[in-house]
Amino acid sequence: MDRQKNRGFVWLLLLAAIMAAGTFGVVALLVNIFERKQEARAPFVRLVEVNEVSTDPEPWGINFPEQYESYLRTADTERTEYGGNHALPPSKLESSPWLKRLYDGYAFSIEYREARGHAYMLGDQEGTKRVTEVQQAGACLHCHASIIPTYRRIGMEALGEEVTEAKLGESFHQEAVMAGFEAVSQMNYEDVHAELSKTPDGVVKATPGDPHLGDAHPVACIDCHDPETMAIRVTRPGFLQGIAKLARSDDPLPHLPSIQRWRDSKSDQPYNPNVDATRQEMRSFVCGQCHVEYYCANKMTLTFPWGNGLKMENAEQEWEETTFPASEDGTPGGEFYDFVHKETGTKVFKAQHPEFELWSQGIHARAGVSCSDCHMPYERQGATKISSHWVRSPMLNINKACQTCHHVSEQELKDRVETIQDRTVAIMDRAAIAMTDMLDAIVAAEKAGASEAELKPIRTLQRKAMWRLDYISSENSKGFHADQEAVRILGESIDYSRQAQAAAYKLDSGAKD
Amino acid sequence: MNTSDQPSSEPLLGAKPRFGRWAILFSLLLGMLAGLGMFTFGYGNGASYLSNNPQTCVNCHVMQDHMDSWQKSSHHHVAVCNDCHLPHDFVGKWVTKADNGFFHSLAFTLGNYKNPIQIKPRNRRVTQSTCIDCHKDFVHSLLPSSAGQDMQSCVHCHSNVGHALR
Repeated sequence: MDRQKNRGFVWLLLLAAIMAAGTFGVVALLVNIFERKQEARAPFVRLVEVNEVSTDPEPWGINFPEQYESYLRTADTERTEYGGNHALPPSKLESSPWLKRLYDGYAFSIEYREARGHAYMLGDQEGTKRVTEVQQAGACLHCHASIIPTYRRIGMEALGEEVTEAKLGESFHQEAVMAGFEAVSQMNYEDVHAELSKTPDGVVKATPGDPHLGDAHPVACIDCHDPETMAIRVTRPGFLQGIAKLARSDDPLPHLPSIQRWRDSKSDQPYNPNVDATRQEMRSFVCGQCHVEYYCANKMTLTFPWGNGLKMENAEQEWEETTFPASEDGTPGGEFYDFVHKETGTKVFKAQHPEFELWSQGIHARAGVSCSDCHMPYERQGATKISSHWVRSPMLNINKACQTCHHVSEQELKDRVETIQDRTVAIMDRAAIAMTDMLDAIVAAEKAGASEAELKPIRTLQRKAMWRLDYISSENSKGFHADQEAVRILGESIDYSRQAQAAAYKLDSGAKD
Repeated sequence: MNTSDQPSSEPLLGAKPRFGRWAILFSLLLGMLAGLGMFTFGYGNGASYLSNNPQTCVNCHVMQDHMDSWQKSSHHHVAVCNDCHLPHDFVGKWVTKADNGFFHSLAFTLGNYKNPIQIKPRNRRVTQSTCIDCHKDFVHSLLPSSAGQDMQSCVHCHSNVGHALR
């Protein structure tokens, strides 16, 4: 009797437990379906007001938690070696010693490391020996800091307007931004950096008389988004001037149809991407604000060399045609150069990182694929679809970045990319050998007493060879952004290096005769 | 009171009435589960999964792009999702429906799926068989002469018939 009762009780208990588990599961499913339906309904909820001084991304993150979370992940670096993570990324000067000779006499020969995520852009710049050991220009902060409110503040002061946090936050005020950009363009790095912390950032509360109102942030939400409408936008004065100049050129730009429309319209207003460009173009333009070739030292304003077009030789031509403005004490400026190559004494150009330009020459741009499509691909968080703000290599995210268009396996895609990059690196190594051989030959000719007149045509060849090699080695895709174009440029580099080497040998043997 | 009462009262109070109390509680729980289950089934548009309506597939938000591209495709006048993605025989149709339905909802609920999604080999075989089923009069001369022989997949070349621009 007792045992039977116990058995019945155990059965009941078991059934109740199953029922509880079943109910738990059904409720969990119900809540999940409910949440998904809610997600699909409301793309975002505006809880906090942000305005034109909100360089701090945190308040934006309250309104856009998913975008913000992925943005914060730019601090993650998938690069490990024996013994854990690096405090700093590996040095390129150690892995490619020829770079030391390429940059001899320039700050990049002191320290030059692999790139890291956006989160590090300001901190890494503050710490690099290129900045700590060499006096750098404040123009460098155009891209490494969320600097627009500072430009606006300085510009408003220059225009004689009253500056308060409220006025700064009111509107973009392009006139003041441009005036501020011009005003700080010749200042030192440290001075512009100090100006950054005097601008309110929307979080640190301003107290009158306090010289440090805000914090300096690396590129943040406000640099690519309008705080009022959240629309994607371009803010950088360098880009706005550069793209207007490009629109006036006659370079065919099939991948930027809005520029052709602007040309056809014969508008008397300069091309303005924030008004004229398509949304898809903007998804590349925001990246082109910084991932480009530019001049950013103290002799003239930060300049994007797009007056003749976006191709490598268009930029080279613009630099060749550029002369520095006369300095304040009246000494004439003379021909443009980035640095004097120490070993040979030749004035040469330094390519920065022309990702936007090289992408423009590639098949993906031609097919209408923007930077964001691969580096910030769409992803699903439950029922919502957002653009990932974890900006990183598509090779770390092949499924979302590539397989949207390419319906083949991840391994196949990885192999295709590696083929392109291996080929580019192989030809780049050859171009580097040609470059070092050329330098040896020129140094030998100089030692043998070649005259400056004799060396002049060789120096021109040297500059062309070094510019081309630097253009591709500084570009961050190992040729992937436009593979044939990259190899064409490296091929030209090898040709110019060997021409210069041959000419130097001729001088050398001529001198001996 | 306790020691004297227990042996005599047990058959009466212990077995029958106590079992009754538990049974009532159990029925209540069962009723709640049934009610919640029915509500969830209705709220999640459960009945629609038994239909042929392509709108059902968009219940899952992941499928929106596929719905959009189907509407732009050449087949959208003549075929809905089920016509290409479920076998045309009765048993195969409902087995595939159950299989896909279960694994799709599991994947979407847990969120551990590849996105863009990729068709599985089994479902690829299903689409191939449905292509042939409708077009067999026209393509029978292209089919392998004996069963089990390999052939090129129809959508290898005609990738846009069901989903334009994909």
